[in-house]
Amino acid sequence: MITKYEDVIVKTMTRLLIPFIQIYGLYVIAHGHESPGGGFQGGVILGASFILLAVVYGMDEVKKRLPEKLMIAFVAIGVFIYAGTGALCLLFGGNFLDYSKLPFPVAIAERRALGILSVETGVGITVMAVMVAIMLALSSKSKRTRGEFK
Amino acid sequence: MSLKALSFLAVLITGALLIYGTLDMPPWGDPNAPAALHVSPRYIEKTVEETATPNAVTSVVADYRGYDTMGETTVIFTAGIACIFLLRRDEDDY
Repeated sequence: MITKYEDVIVKTMTRLLIPFIQIYGLYVIAHGHESPGGGFQGGVILGASFILLAVVYGMDEVKKRLPEKLMIAFVAIGVFIYAGTGALCLLFGGNFLDYSKLPFPVAIAERRALGILSVETGVGITVMAVMVAIMLALSSKSKRTRGEFK
Repeated sequence: MSLKALSFLAVLITGALLIYGTLDMPPWGDPNAPAALHVSPRYIEKTVEETATPNAVTSVVADYRGYDTMGETTVIFTAGIACIFLLRRDEDDY
């Protein structure tokens, strides 16, 4: 278990930085159409913000904001959004992942752009949740490994 | 011959065959390579018109090659789930 870090400078800087890191992560996901970035990169930035929170404020603080069960569900929800977008295209009479068949009231090219945004969001959610999940799994300890079990 | 020497010989032969195979490939960055003649120009010319996405990398990764990216996401998903199953310890586990 990662415990708290008692240093007022580190704690204050973390509290100031985390919102900006998360906004930047969302920006990298949403702005992937125009600039370098996308779901993988933005998801890693979002995951890193939670890892910073865990290193400085302790694992319990992360679990309070993002319950463990919800986060493991997020791992699956991201892939579900991706595959679900593809299946939705099948439902509206296109091929799998053929975004031009999605029922958005815009031009065909913009439908495909919205489809890309949708799958990138799914990728971002999965990558973020996997980053936090792996760190959580690595830092978890049972009573025996802590030496409390007799 | 010991097993170690035998496996070293197998690695050596496989590596030599792989290097021999690369000799037939077009040089890196060759503008006359088959992939650079019609696939790349097609994406570069049509990506804004077809997908309204100025970043061709994003449109190739998430649209033209979307099925491949779904596989990549599934790999990340599988790695994460495997880590949770193998490494996670409950407080009361013993």
